[in-house]
Amino acid sequence: MPNLLREASHKRQTVFDLLFRNLTRLAAFAVLALLAAIIGSLIVGRLIPIVGTLVTSGIALLIAIPVSFGIAIFLTELSPRWLRRPLGIAVELLAGIPSIIYGMWGLFIFAPLFADHVEPWLNDHIGTWPLLGPFFSGPPMGIGMLTAGIILAIMVIPFIASVMRDVFDVVPTMLKESAYGLGATTWEVMWNVVLPYTKIGVVGGIMLGLGRALGETMAVTFVIGNAHELHQSLLMPGNSISSALANEFTEAVGDLYTSSLIELGLILFFITFVVLSLARFMLYRLAKGEGQGA
Amino acid sequence: MLDLYTRRRLTNALSLGISVLAMLFGLFWLGWILWTLLEHGLPGLGAHVFTQTTPAPGSSGGLINAIFGSVMMTSVAVLIGTPIGILAGTYLAEFGQRGWLAPLTRFINDILLSAPSIVIGLFVYEVYVVKVGHFAGWGGALALSIIVIPVVIRTTENMLRLIPNSLREAAAAIGAPQWKIITFVTLRAARAGILTGILLAIARISGETAPLLFTSLNNQFWSSNMNQPMANLPVVIFQFAMSPYEDWHSLAWAGALLITMSVLTLNIVARVLFRQKTNSQ
Repeated sequence: MPNLLREASHKRQTVFDLLFRNLTRLAAFAVLALLAAIIGSLIVGRLIPIVGTLVTSGIALLIAIPVSFGIAIFLTELSPRWLRRPLGIAVELLAGIPSIIYGMWGLFIFAPLFADHVEPWLNDHIGTWPLLGPFFSGPPMGIGMLTAGIILAIMVIPFIASVMRDVFDVVPTMLKESAYGLGATTWEVMWNVVLPYTKIGVVGGIMLGLGRALGETMAVTFVIGNAHELHQSLLMPGNSISSALANEFTEAVGDLYTSSLIELGLILFFITFVVLSLARFMLYRLAKGEGQGA
Repeated sequence: MLDLYTRRRLTNALSLGISVLAMLFGLFWLGWILWTLLEHGLPGLGAHVFTQTTPAPGSSGGLINAIFGSVMMTSVAVLIGTPIGILAGTYLAEFGQRGWLAPLTRFINDILLSAPSIVIGLFVYEVYVVKVGHFAGWGGALALSIIVIPVVIRTTENMLRLIPNSLREAAAAIGAPQWKIITFVTLRAARAGILTGILLAIARISGETAPLLFTSLNNQFWSSNMNQPMANLPVVIFQFAMSPYEDWHSLAWAGALLITMSVLTLNIVARVLFRQKTNSQ
């Protein structure tokens, strides 16, 4: 009998355990939800420029990451020694061109070509696909989120590529030579040895490029179209935080308008600060690991 | 089905081919942008650009007030930013071995290095333009100097770290106090590298537009008063390029060519200088 009693009380305790655990979990979620609500309330009403910033930066990274990886492979593994320096300088010059030049070139040269040749093709071919279609259909105007993303990609490629090249250079030669000695091809060495060894640094470099893309102002202002509306299509004009600031700040009348634009600036600074801090932490960690390995 | 060996070789050839294409892709944009600048900028470039002030639409004019304003603001920014940058960089390299200040400064500096320049413009707008009540050249110079400082700190620290410790020890051994060791030995040995950093900083700020929009704004007329709104090349290019007038466009292209050429020249000179320095060691 006492045994049975004990069992029943044990069962009850298990139920209480379950309830209590879920109660604490609920509280934990409530804290998270609170944070999300706070962030949400900051974002509501500023959604269009924030989405514009994130989307253009996302497009830029999609294009820039593979291209930068290719450039870094070329510079570290393939290029003849005498070509390495001039090519490295050329990539860095691409980073040195002022952003307003990218903007002008994008507006006057790239956007018209894009509107005449690429966007009709996108409309005809990808625009009819079931899922991706709506993103790539719309009037071929040349200016818009996609153009801004592509120009941002060209601007961040040199940053990501030069970080990747630098971190690829820290891989110990012995590690690579061992892989080659086992009969690995150049690609296998890069993909299975160099990339895993440097992955923290590579991600750090990508985040650095993302920080650049998020805060870029002039180039985006020229080509994004500066329309304060949200479209599903990437070919339509939009707005980003920095271009909203550049376009509206000097024309803002009254304290409230100015203050709300400054809050946009705060949001931008917060986002880039977080991204850049993460990037730096990752690069420091790689640098530290390098010191211990040696 | 291909055997494993052939497949691996094909994958290798394919991916390396793609990496060559990626390199060409990068160079292609550089070539295209430079070609466009030459094509559109050269016809607009002439003596009038350097002798006349910015015109009203429809009349002829040049960019002299904008060039002058850019040079003034850049010089003041470098004069403010360089001493702070060199001193802080020296602290990080020479004194910052222990304690929390140096790592923190280094971290914040690395973030400032790539912080969005438009936010810096907003900051100067709040602390300077709002207080003074009008846009002014000093504000532009202040905003640019905030961009100069992190670049100079980073290169100064890196260059000082390259100086071998034996040099410092030799100076200490003959009884030199620390300030003499640093100013007369290590900073002097690193000066080519530090100069490289300053040149790179100038290259960086001479094309900056976003921070100037909120600080110095623009001026249609000749003005050498730093307390007034001041014309400057990037903002003039921005306004002229966004305008519908053909003759403004051609001036904007000429200005764009001028800026890009000076920035690229500065970049190349800085790198050549640094290379000579490392070779001679």
